[in-house]
Amino acid sequence: MKIVVCIKQVPDTVEVKIDPKTGTLIRDGVPSIINHDDKTGIEAALQLREQLGGTVTVVSMGPPQADVALREALAMGCDEAYLVSAREFGGSDTYATSGIIAAALKNIGYDLIITGRQAIDGDTAQVGPQIAEKLHLPQVSYVEEVKEATADYVVVKRQYEDGYHIIKIKTPCLLTAIAELATPRYMSVRGIVEAYEKEIKVLGFEELKNDLELDMIGLKGSPTNVYQSFTKEVKGAGTILEGLSADEAVKAIMDKLEAKFII
Amino acid sequence: MSKGIFVVMEQRYGKVQNVGLELVGEATRLKEDLKDDVVAVLLGHNIEGEVAKIFHYGADKVILVDDPMLENYVTEPYTKAVTEVIKAFDPEIMLFGASSIGRDVAPRVASRVKTGLVADTTGLRMAKTEAELAKEAEMGNATPERALLMTRPAFGGNIMATLMCPRTKPQMATVRPGVMKMIAKDETRTGELVKFDVNFTAEDMNVEILEAVKSDKKSVDLTEAKLIVSGGRGIGGPQGFDIIRDVADALGAEVGSSRACVDAGWIEKDRQVGQTGKTVRPDLYMACGISGAIQHVAGMENSELIIAINKNESAPIFEVADLGIVGDLKQILPKLAEAVRKYKAAKANS
Repeated sequence: MKIVVCIKQVPDTVEVKIDPKTGTLIRDGVPSIINHDDKTGIEAALQLREQLGGTVTVVSMGPPQADVALREALAMGCDEAYLVSAREFGGSDTYATSGIIAAALKNIGYDLIITGRQAIDGDTAQVGPQIAEKLHLPQVSYVEEVKEATADYVVVKRQYEDGYHIIKIKTPCLLTAIAELATPRYMSVRGIVEAYEKEIKVLGFEELKNDLELDMIGLKGSPTNVYQSFTKEVKGAGTILEGLSADEAVKAIMDKLEAKFII
Repeated sequence: MSKGIFVVMEQRYGKVQNVGLELVGEATRLKEDLKDDVVAVLLGHNIEGEVAKIFHYGADKVILVDDPMLENYVTEPYTKAVTEVIKAFDPEIMLFGASSIGRDVAPRVASRVKTGLVADTTGLRMAKTEAELAKEAEMGNATPERALLMTRPAFGGNIMATLMCPRTKPQMATVRPGVMKMIAKDETRTGELVKFDVNFTAEDMNVEILEAVKSDKKSVDLTEAKLIVSGGRGIGGPQGFDIIRDVADALGAEVGSSRACVDAGWIEKDRQVGQTGKTVRPDLYMACGISGAIQHVAGMENSELIIAINKNESAPIFEVADLGIVGDLKQILPKLAEAVRKYKAAKANS
C-alpha cells in the first residue's frame, strides 16, 4: 500500500510572541516544528506500513525551509519526501492550497492519504477535506483509531463531541488524524543519518501546472483574502485588589456578584 | 443575484443543536444591514418536528431536506444535499457551526461549489465603511455593499484576522459554538417551510457506518453554562478541584479548567476552556489559579463578568478580569462558598 502523509511546518505557537511596538508576530528565533496532528498522521502511516507492507511518502507545501520538516519525517522512518514549493503558490488560502496539494498527489500517486486534522497556526481543519474533494475521494476526518486495515479498506473510529462512529471506508481514501490516533515515535540515530542521504524531490509550478486550476492558486487566485490583521483589543482594565484579608476578598467578590445579579 | 443569509442547521439524533440557533440569531443581526431573509437549511430524517423551533429563534424560511440517507451524519450525502441547495437557491451567505460536523462538511461544499470558506470565525459583519467598501471593490467584488467581513483568531489567538470573499458566492464561514447569541425565543413566530428533495444514489453512501454510538457519559456542555468556576495550575493538584467544586456547588455553577490541569490529568478534557477546548461566554467566569495564557483567554474573554483570583499580581488573567483579587485561593474560596450559601439561605428566608 502506498500511504501518503501531508504535513505542514508550523511555528511552535506556544512560543510566539507579539512585538509590543508594532503589534506583529515575532517570528525570529521561533522554532519550527511538524504540526502535531500531522506528526500523529506520520506515526499512524508508519504503523500501517509495518502491518500491511508498502511505503510511506511524506509531502509538504511551503517555502524551501520546510525541507527540515520533511527530513524529520524521513528520520522517523518515511520512505520518500516531496516538497511542493513555488513562488506562484505563495499566499494561498485553504481552497488554493488544497488544489495545489491535490495536483501534487496526482503526480505522486496514492492508495491512502493521511493528513492532520488541523494546523496549530491556522486552525482551519479545511485542507484535508478539500484535498479529498479535489481528488473525488471519500474521507473520514477526526480519526482517533484504526480498527482494521487491509489493502482494500480500512475501518476507523471517527470522533464526535458526543460519541463516535465506526466507519468502513474503501481505499483510495483520505483520513484526517487527531492526537488520540497515535503517539509519534522519536527519530532514530540511523534514521537521522539516512534522512540526510535521501533526496527531497521538489514539485514546482512547471511540474504541476497541467493539473492546477491556474486562476485559483496563490494570493491572487485564493477566493478568500485578508482584509486586515490586528492584535486583540485589550478589554478595559477592571479593578485589581491587593493585600486584602481573605474576609475582605470574599466581601469584594460577594458585592460584585450581588451587583451583577449573579446571586 | 445571490440572495439570502443561509444557516446550515446542525442536528444530532434528530435534535437541532444550539449552534444552529445561535447562527440563526447572528443571521438576524446581519439581516439588519443586508435586508435579505434568514434561511435555515435542515438536513436529516423524520425531523420536521424541529422546524417550528427554528422559526421561534428567528428564521424567515426553513429548507427541509428529509431523507433516510441523512439519518446519520455522513460526509458525502450531506455535502451533496448542501451543494444542491446552493445550486437551487443561490445564497449570498452560508454559515455552518464549527463543530466536528460543520468542519467536515463545509470545506467539501466550498471546494465543490468553488468558493471560499473562513474557518472558526468569532465575528461577522457586513462591509459598511468607505474603506471596507473600497477594498471589496478593489478585490473584484461587484456588490461590495453585500460583502461579509469575517473575523477569526489565528496563531493560537495571538492575532485576529478579518477576511473577505469578494469574487465567489456564497460567502461561507464556520462559527464556533457558543460564540454567537441566540435571540429571545418567540413561540408566536412562524415562517415559510420549503421541502426540498435531493436525488441520492446508492453511490453517494461511499462509506459504511458499522456502528454509531452516542456517548453514555453525560458530557458536560460548558458552552451552555451560565456560571463557571474554573481552576488552573495554581490550585496545586487534583484535590484542588475539591475547593473549586465546592464553590461551584454553592453558586450552582459548572466547573471549568485550564489546559494545564487537563494535561496533568487532574480533570476530564470536557472541562477545558480555551483555544483547544471550549469557547464559553457565561454570565460569570471565575478564574482561580489560572495565569491566563492567551489560549485560555481566547476561550473565555467574552464572559459577562470575569473574576480572577491569583497569587501572582502580574498574571495576565488580571488584564481581562473585571475584578481581580491578588491572594491565596485556598484561603478565599472556602470562605466564599460559605458566604454564598449563607447569602442564599438568608434570601430564601426573607
